Amino acid sequence: MEAISHLVAQTTADDAKAANAAIGAGFAYGLAAIGPGIGIGYLVGKSVEAMARQPEAAGMVRTTMFLGIAFTEALALIGFVVFILIGL
Amino acid sequence: MLADSFKFPLINSILRWKDLFPTFNKIALIAVAAALIGILVFLLAVRKDPKVAPKGVRNLAESTVEFIEEGIVMQTMGKDGLGWTPFLLSLFIFVYLCNLPGIIPILQMPATARMAIPLFLSLLVWIVYMGVGFKHQGIKYLTNTIWPPGVPTALKPLVGVIELISNYFVRPFSLTVRLFANMLAGHILLVTFSLLTHSLVTAQTKQFMLKPMAILPMFMLIFLTAFEVLVALLQAYIFTILTAVYIGSSAHPEH
Repeated sequence: MEAISHLVAQTTADDAKAANAAIGAGFAYGLAAIGPGIGIGYLVGKSVEAMARQPEAAGMVRTTMFLGIAFTEALALIGFVVFILIGL
Repeated sequence: MLADSFKFPLINSILRWKDLFPTFNKIALIAVAAALIGILVFLLAVRKDPKVAPKGVRNLAESTVEFIEEGIVMQTMGKDGLGWTPFLLSLFIFVYLCNLPGIIPILQMPATARMAIPLFLSLLVWIVYMGVGFKHQGIKYLTNTIWPPGVPTALKPLVGVIELISNYFVRPFSLTVRLFANMLAGHILLVTFSLLTHSLVTAQTKQFMLKPMAILPMFMLIFLTAFEVLVALLQAYIFTILTAVYIGSSAHPEH
């Protein structure tokens, strides 16, 4: 107990700010990855289903799939950029 | 203690390079080299005799052109867009050759991991697709993009604001950030795992199991390097195909 109070007395406002920034950065990236993760999984799953049902349309489906992935992934990447901006 | 010896370096120290000579650093060197190599490969390819079966550098150039035509232009713009093949081809080659140094030993830095090159390229794409829109549709291009055909009048204010922001601001921004952040993330991952391997190998410790554990981040590093080969190609492909989609949608608003 004494050790903890000693530590608390030593932390400055800057330390607390840095700790909060680190926590915020971690949450920013973690939360930003949830939605795109679900989205890309669903998107690729459906594309594979479409390609399996109609192999002759595979080329078109693949192009559209990459487009969709690019749009979905952008959200996660913006989260990653925010993570760098506030965390480092 | 491991925690003491492992400190992630400041972000600037893994991304900023000293100037080779004033106003010219490693990023600029990679970009110039990428442009020159692209030009050189296609100049060499065009000098080969077109009547004999292609081999070597001409084979490479022909398969790249065919990939752009079949895989990108025909899928997004159709036959009318074949005139755009040279532009898309140069974009693809340049972005790919700028991405690739991220995994080439000694260079180890993708030129697109700095904001400047992706931002410049997507501003270029922005100007091109706006120009194509005005050329094909005249001044009606502005109203056509803001209100797609068939929007009910009651929804026009709402749709107008959304489409205005998404067409004029979000498109170039997301094109930039997608390429930039993908390459930066790959670069940071590679730095992290090589630093982990290094700090485990050089750790001052009495725990005899700790040093052999360096094999784990080492394997991850090899796997990520192989993954970055894929990412470099995929990001160049996605950048090019999105450009093709934007130009196609400016030329033919109904699609």
